[in-house]
Amino acid sequence: MHTLSEVTEVSGTAGNFNVTLHEDARYIDINKCTGCGDCAAACPVSLPSLFEQGLGERKATYRPYAQAVPGAYSITKKDRSPCTNACPDHVNAHAYVALVAQKKYPEALEVIKRTLPLPGVIGRVCPHPCEDACRRQEVDAPVSICTLKRFVADQVDIENSPIPEITPRQEKVAVIGAGPAGLTAAYFLAIDGFQVTIFEALPVGGGMLRVGIPDYRLPPAVLEKEIRAIQRLGVKIQYDTALGRDITVDSLMADGFESVYLAVGAHASMKLNIPGEDTEGVITGVRFLRESALYERKQASGHVVIVGGGDVAIDAARSATRMGADNVTILYRRTRAEMPARNEEIEDAIEEGIHIDFLMAPQEVVAENGKVSGLKCLRMELGQPDESGRRRPVPIEGSEFVVACDMIIPAIGQRVNPAFLEGTSGIELTKWNTIVTDTISCETSRSGVFAGGDAQSGPWIAIGAVAAGRRAAESIRRYIDKEDLKQGRDPIEPPQKNFNPIPEKIEPQFREQMARIPVAERVSGFTEVEKGFTEEQALTEAGKCLNCMVCCECFECVKACGADALTLATHMDKPHSTELNVGAIILAPGFAPYDPSGLDFYGFDTLPNVVTSMQYERMLSASGPFGGHLVRPSDHQEPKKIGWIQCVGSRDQNKCNNSYCSSVCCMYAIKEAVISKEHAGEDLECAIFFMDMRTPGKEFERFYETAKGKHGIRFERSRIHTIEQTDDGNQLTVRYFTEDGRLVDEIFDIMVLSIGLETPPDLVDLARRLDIDLTPGNFARTDIFNPVATSKDGIFVCGAFQGPKDIPQSVIDASAAASAAGELLATARNTMTKTKEIIPETNIVGERPRIGVFVCKCGSNIAGVVDVPSVREYAESLPYVDYAADNMYTCSQDTQDMMTQIIKEQHLNRVVVAACTPKTHEPLFQETLVNAGLNKYLFEMTNIRNQDSWVHKNNPELATEKAKDLIRMAVAKVALMEPLVETELSINQTAMVLGGGIAGMTAAQSLAVQGYETHLIERNDYLGGQAVNLFHTSQGDKVQEKLADVIRTVEANDNIKIHLNTELTHVDGFVGNFVSTLASGGQSEELEHGIAVLATGATPYIPTEYAYGQAPNILTSLELDQKLIADDPMLKTMNAAAFIQCVGSREPDRPYCSRVCCTHSIENALELKKRNPDMNVYILYRDIRTYGEKEYLYKAAREQGVIFIRYSLNNKPVVSATGGAITLKVTDHVLGLPVELSVDMVTLATAIIPYADEKLANFFKVPMNEDGFFIEKHAKLGPSEFATDGAFLCGMAHYPKPIDESIAQAKAASSRAVTLLSQKTIFSSGTIAQVDPMKCAACGVCVSICPYSAPSFAAEGRFAGKAEINPVLCKGCGLCVASCRSGAIHLKGFDTDQIFSQIFELDAAV
Amino acid sequence: MSKDVIGSVMVVGGGIAGMQSALDLADSGYYVHLVEKSPSIGGAMSQLDKTFPTNDCAM
Repeated sequence: MHTLSEVTEVSGTAGNFNVTLHEDARYIDINKCTGCGDCAAACPVSLPSLFEQGLGERKATYRPYAQAVPGAYSITKKDRSPCTNACPDHVNAHAYVALVAQKKYPEALEVIKRTLPLPGVIGRVCPHPCEDACRRQEVDAPVSICTLKRFVADQVDIENSPIPEITPRQEKVAVIGAGPAGLTAAYFLAIDGFQVTIFEALPVGGGMLRVGIPDYRLPPAVLEKEIRAIQRLGVKIQYDTALGRDITVDSLMADGFESVYLAVGAHASMKLNIPGEDTEGVITGVRFLRESALYERKQASGHVVIVGGGDVAIDAARSATRMGADNVTILYRRTRAEMPARNEEIEDAIEEGIHIDFLMAPQEVVAENGKVSGLKCLRMELGQPDESGRRRPVPIEGSEFVVACDMIIPAIGQRVNPAFLEGTSGIELTKWNTIVTDTISCETSRSGVFAGGDAQSGPWIAIGAVAAGRRAAESIRRYIDKEDLKQGRDPIEPPQKNFNPIPEKIEPQFREQMARIPVAERVSGFTEVEKGFTEEQALTEAGKCLNCMVCCECFECVKACGADALTLATHMDKPHSTELNVGAIILAPGFAPYDPSGLDFYGFDTLPNVVTSMQYERMLSASGPFGGHLVRPSDHQEPKKIGWIQCVGSRDQNKCNNSYCSSVCCMYAIKEAVISKEHAGEDLECAIFFMDMRTPGKEFERFYETAKGKHGIRFERSRIHTIEQTDDGNQLTVRYFTEDGRLVDEIFDIMVLSIGLETPPDLVDLARRLDIDLTPGNFARTDIFNPVATSKDGIFVCGAFQGPKDIPQSVIDASAAASAAGELLATARNTMTKTKEIIPETNIVGERPRIGVFVCKCGSNIAGVVDVPSVREYAESLPYVDYAADNMYTCSQDTQDMMTQIIKEQHLNRVVVAACTPKTHEPLFQETLVNAGLNKYLFEMTNIRNQDSWVHKNNPELATEKAKDLIRMAVAKVALMEPLVETELSINQTAMVLGGGIAGMTAAQSLAVQGYETHLIERNDYLGGQAVNLFHTSQGDKVQEKLADVIRTVEANDNIKIHLNTELTHVDGFVGNFVSTLASGGQSEELEHGIAVLATGATPYIPTEYAYGQAPNILTSLELDQKLIADDPMLKTMNAAAFIQCVGSREPDRPYCSRVCCTHSIENALELKKRNPDMNVYILYRDIRTYGEKEYLYKAAREQGVIFIRYSLNNKPVVSATGGAITLKVTDHVLGLPVELSVDMVTLATAIIPYADEKLANFFKVPMNEDGFFIEKHAKLGPSEFATDGAFLCGMAHYPKPIDESIAQAKAASSRAVTLLSQKTIFSSGTIAQVDPMKCAACGVCVSICPYSAPSFAAEGRFAGKAEINPVLCKGCGLCVASCRSGAIHLKGFDTDQIFSQIFELDAAV
Repeated sequence: MSKDVIGSVMVVGGGIAGMQSALDLADSGYYVHLVEKSPSIGGAMSQLDKTFPTNDCAM
């Protein structure tokens, strides 16, 4: 099985194709995942569930539905979220935002700390490129990611957060500078185990964070706390130690440091380069801020002028205000638009009374008494853009003037002070004095010396320095470990564009703002201005995340997974390609439900109570979004009235371009209406708005009639105008035109759109890649006589991609396609398959029971409720229990291996597993028993999950007691278990096909080609069946030519023995070993065969109505075909012809639709129009049932002027024939008035009626329905076989059908037969019924009750006349056991003593 | 038709049709590659509530 896979390329020819598959990553080890769901419980990301059609939610790690196969979970992961991607350090913003939304603050901090050790700091000072990238701004405004980071840091005490496990190493690393780069490098090196010392020139840590950012933005306490958290990892900081002054790189190397990281920052200021710059009262911004941070703050006074437009200028201005300056002015050379400072900062400065003068350039410091008294400036204007893209300021001549001031703070930029290189050689600098490094490894020109932060990049944002520090730490580790510094670190990343789509229905919201202290308080000191988010604000902001990447990689799932299936390594899985070499290809890619978005008159986009039929299926489902409680989506109130609108996305060229009929919608709408009534009671009103009711399938018409009659469902032939919402928003006004043209308004609670089936665009692409032809409706083009072969040899098709169809037809096609592939590859059968190794079975008969009990925790599914260790202890105390264990996941592969081992070591001879449901897991454990040499029936499984921990979640103590009770019962039962034998039976390799029509011949041909000798039995003296009467097919093929080909092929096949004029007179035996008696011309012969295909066909109804037989030109459809075949000249000369539909069909005594007649009449109507375009052609019908792409014929007929007049069952047309003239009287359905038509010919579309051959049914013990058609094994899942093993069914003996469907079913019957024949031998089950002949009263109840014909009366021997059960036919259902009044029948594995032992154990519990 | 015939078949799509084809072929002696684009097989039928005529659970 290749899941998450798509075909990208196919080459080669029939018999030998090379296929390339693209397989998406699952991110979970499919072989280890036990499907427990603990990962999904931990996942913080929710999104609409496609499976629930958007009505419910699922997590990023999910399984589409509980019963999914494979049961492994998978993770949806798109491209990395833009926020994470935009961050220089790739801090996983998406993940911590998602975790905040779940109130998982410590977990959020852990995510941040993966890449950033300074969350509280960066959460305050970062200019947040993440928010600039946030896609939420397409809806309203970016999520406040940065403030959420600060929120996390404010919630969790980082100093007491868990420390990662560190394996200490001896190697020492020196980090120069305790700024963001140095601290980060030290942090990650310490995690790697290195002995790290930071040498810091200043007496404090933090670098520019401490001495460049004022305290009101970043309180020192926050920084100090985060530095202490880094020191907890063993990082040492040596203050007041400057490189170049106190130490050199060489001295550090000499002291045993293996590597040195230079992160000295850019603490020198750029000069204004104007006269008077050294005057007292001029102090650079960097120095001003540093002194303000380090020493007791001086008071400022008078007018302070700051020169510059960056963050430092703003910080200096706001600090000066706080230090008491009377007024503060910022002079900037350009305009507000070009200011590099953060906008919020500028706003704050203005709020605090700071004045900004734009377009000013300082020229000279004016001094008085050796102290600053003013600054001479020039006015500027903006000229051409410079290399930075900003417009260059140009001086305005003669605009000089002096700004009087007491202090000047130039803040025009920082640079690196190269003094650190004093005494160190080999480190190359750029012309700006920044350190030259390799872009990937951060290594300087001196090996082992790395550099980063402002000293390398020039002044940049703190998170940039953090990123550099983390990158350098990885390089230093690699350097010390002598690994390649660059491998796998290519900085070029693929473009990120594939994101979770933004939901259409999303309300814009205001962005939350942090509370701030008042301006008066702000300017009087250095108290932090911004107070951070309240929890409510944080949750609101976090809830706005659009989950761009879907999975946020928080890795909570990794922590939750106890089965080692979901790890950091699996999270890094990549998509990959797989090459396959196959002989044939079967396409069964299905359909997409039509999307009614955009059809505004239905209001699907805006009205919650307008749903699609697929959504409605989920609403009805017990496992669906409303738990199976039928409610209106808008307010969850129970509906009183529900309507269905048919043909949404079907039979409509204008609104949807799907002019075909989707075939399935009428039936599912009726089914949904009936089930709705079952849910809500008979008071619920249901109405179905339709054009034609199309129920042409087996038993469909009866269901339709029951829905109308018994269930009172209203069927309204109509056209919908609009659906609108009532004023209260909970009901819908449906406006529609009735058939007679009235416009009606009606109120409903829910409207269901019966959406059609269509081929999605990706399948059209696939078809193009595979070079197969499509029909106008975009379905795979096939031929009537080869209905599952595409236009390309060796590529077959089945299901809705072949044409819109229902489940039974899809299943028939599926087996037919398998058969077609089998016919092609018959020579290579069994060449690629493997046979299982047989492990000898230990004989345990006579041993005392030695029981092993395995109690499963199922992750937290069971262990979260049931006290598993105490249950295990209890199990140990039970009689015959020699061993008990509890397992995290009993079903995981390693546990299976361990169980095999334990069974052998402990000599266990019975096993109990207390876990989940045997429905899914019993075969797995039985295989483990077999691997350990035990008979697989020495096993009992008890369900302590679905039937215990899940349903008693709120009562763990009682759940634990119940688990003990269940295990005690299982132990009691398994102790009485004996090894059971599976009887082997050989299969005769000869096939018999009854019926030489199209279906029978096709089945015989298919079996023969696949290598089986086949006897084709036909009662007539010719082959061809009803097809000999047909003119042409719905695709225009001449049936007689094609039929002749089929007959020739069958006659030429040496594996087929044709028996004409032959009747079946007797059948003996059972599957694999039938003996049939064939009679022909008074002679009888016996035929031994392994299987039988019943293709006995049907016969046309001979009408007694509509004046049939009273005039030569009143014909049946087949008689018209004969005239067409014979090219009767009257067909060209007639003036008018009429067809009457449903002759003998859909009548009270024959309540089924004959399926083919609408298409057949329309085809012939078109043929008549072709032969004589002037002819008036009328079709009198009840519903036109041209299902699928046959609808095109109906459309063509209308376009060519064929007149369709509808009549009803209680007002049928009247035909009278007098002389040569035929008159038709019918009531027009639109006008409601009687119409009289004079026509030259009337064709009666007569019913197809079954032979209802009781004798044949008895031979094979197969049932017939009320109409006389054979009943298949299962209407949906076994349409081409009988419940009786070895007997198969196809063609019109099953139900009326056109040629293509007969051929498909014939191939399907052959395919099903081959699955049996190819086994050569089959095994019965061990759990079968057995008769104790001593007790049998030979009453025969078992013989009559068994649906599989397993019991019979023994014909000979000591117990002749008593019942005996054929082990091969018995399915172990137990019907006979329950019905046997003598208690003579026992079901092995479920014998009376075993059942009683369980009941007695339960009694003990009560 | 290729001379070197391979005894395996690729079935594209794990819905009810694809599963039935795959089962028939596997039971007839062919190795089957069942290719499904979603994480699990079952197709549209697994989404249906109940099915005609018995109103059995579609699952």
